[in-house]
Amino acid sequence: MKTSLGPIQYCWPKEKVVEFYEAVAQSNVPLVYLGETVCSRRRELKFSDYLALARMLKAAGKEVVLSTLALIEAQSEFLELKKQVENGEFTIEANDVGAIYLAKEQGIPFVCGPSINSYNAATLKKFASWGMQRFVMPLELSKTWLTQVLEDLTPRQVEVEVFGHGYMPLAHSARCFTARHKGLTKDKCQTICIENPEGLLVQTQEDQPLLRLNGIQTQSANYMDLCDQQTQMQALGVDYFRISPSSLASIALADELPAKSASHDRQCNGYWHQLPGLTLS
Amino acid sequence: MELLCPAGNLASLKVALNAGADAVYLGLKNDTNARSFAGLNFTPEKLAQAAKLTQQAGKKIFLTINTFPKPGEEQRWYQAIDLAADTGVDALIMADLSLLDYAHSRYPHLPLHLSVQASATNLGALSLYKQEFNIDRVVLPRVLSMKQVRDLSKVTPVDLEVFAFGSLCIMAEGRCHLSSYVTGQSPNTGGSCSPAKHVRWQDVGDNQQTRLNDVLIDQSGKDEQMGYPVVCKGRYTTSDSQEASHLLESPTSLNTLSLLPELAKARVVSLKIEGRQRSPAYVEQVTRVWRQAIDTYLNDPAAYTTQAQWDQALAKVSEGQVTTLGAYERTWQ
Repeated sequence: MKTSLGPIQYCWPKEKVVEFYEAVAQSNVPLVYLGETVCSRRRELKFSDYLALARMLKAAGKEVVLSTLALIEAQSEFLELKKQVENGEFTIEANDVGAIYLAKEQGIPFVCGPSINSYNAATLKKFASWGMQRFVMPLELSKTWLTQVLEDLTPRQVEVEVFGHGYMPLAHSARCFTARHKGLTKDKCQTICIENPEGLLVQTQEDQPLLRLNGIQTQSANYMDLCDQQTQMQALGVDYFRISPSSLASIALADELPAKSASHDRQCNGYWHQLPGLTLS
Repeated sequence: MELLCPAGNLASLKVALNAGADAVYLGLKNDTNARSFAGLNFTPEKLAQAAKLTQQAGKKIFLTINTFPKPGEEQRWYQAIDLAADTGVDALIMADLSLLDYAHSRYPHLPLHLSVQASATNLGALSLYKQEFNIDRVVLPRVLSMKQVRDLSKVTPVDLEVFAFGSLCIMAEGRCHLSSYVTGQSPNTGGSCSPAKHVRWQDVGDNQQTRLNDVLIDQSGKDEQMGYPVVCKGRYTTSDSQEASHLLESPTSLNTLSLLPELAKARVVSLKIEGRQRSPAYVEQVTRVWRQAIDTYLNDPAAYTTQAQWDQALAKVSEGQVTTLGAYERTWQ
């Protein structure tokens, strides 16, 4: 099993993003996803900037995949998506069925990201027939689920990736929760989410950490950490263990795998064990 | 413009038909649909009765099979599709790609509607489902603004159905894990959001608390209106604000009466009323108001205005007695 770095889910200043990927280029991580997956209003980096970073990473020997938006609403977003899919150099991570359509039409191989509803083998086989090379298991599914699906997918023609470490994306909305919380409208948001490089922590009235607001995206308050499940994943035939970056430390973590065991803090690993996602273990 | 009403049981179905529904939608009594609540939904025998009643009334009946089959248990979903075909329903409302494939290949003449749980919001997604499974219609997720619905209507290869009234889901439906994050069960995997067995209301001192699988999602004074026990309607604090507030959405229902002319101009073919889990009284009240509104509009489109008594009647059956235009209105976003 190899390691992958998922796309940065937050709005970071351009310099920080560039610094991040320059460090990734120096790391041992073989597979890197990059691109804006949350909000089209975030314009710190343009698509051409991501393409330049992708080329730099490719030159450093990485396999690079361009990640696309999870929620495509406006026609302008669909046109931008089309441009991304037809970039001519890199495969894409589809996070909306619209991206699958575009890739299929162009005969371009693609990866199904975690927000594509791949809940059973019959669906995955259909995606594979349209050009899917790899899928990331949907967040709310478990090891038991994966075991059964992989049996049903034998002989397997697609790769499997599991979201193994990081804050979990749980939902996407038309509403920007960060802007609303800060008294701004979505249309004049000033990309205020840039103030929260790891999202904004939300707690219950009993101070239980519950969620993170990341623009239109809602995340888990704690991160998932399945580092101690690597042996089981390997045995199942998982191809990639995804680390979803939250800081430069994520690159160091990726470099330490597979030797790294889970941290001593209890993290929210419920989904993998077929429990509520926020269950700490 | 079709008025499409919810039926959680035969009583609701009958009042919906009597009050002016053009079509009804319902689910089977198991986890093949996303309103799998105890005491709700239809056995195969009741479905046959429902189909007969509906068709005698000259109206349409749609069966909702909009959850995602669990590996190794796919037969339950396939059987639901076979049953629907045998019963002769007018359409299936589905989200899972493998089920669309199954239905399309075996029953090519049975119309397919793409459920809101498929989360299809754009031309690409609609084109794919049309091309591969020949869907007739899409139920649009409650994340599009009115302008976006209008734009999509100009290019869509399939008919558009929108949510007109009812409980407001604020996330892209079918891709929201908030319920399973707290309870272990989501609409996709378990057939319901915030399943009742995990909900606990309790009085503590002067406060009432709502707990979902023990997590405190809301707390307020005893006289205050409490929202539905869903994660997105809870009151929380943040690292920069210690005063608890509705950070995602407050208790409110969607009401688009005032948008009716715009929805009609966007060639929306069907207006959906949410609420298979609600009472027959709710179904009757809401159906009656919307029948009047649609008839008033069709009678003289240019003269249409929302009547105060319609809004009042709908507010009474709304969550928190408050209504909103939701994402249709850009400022809500």
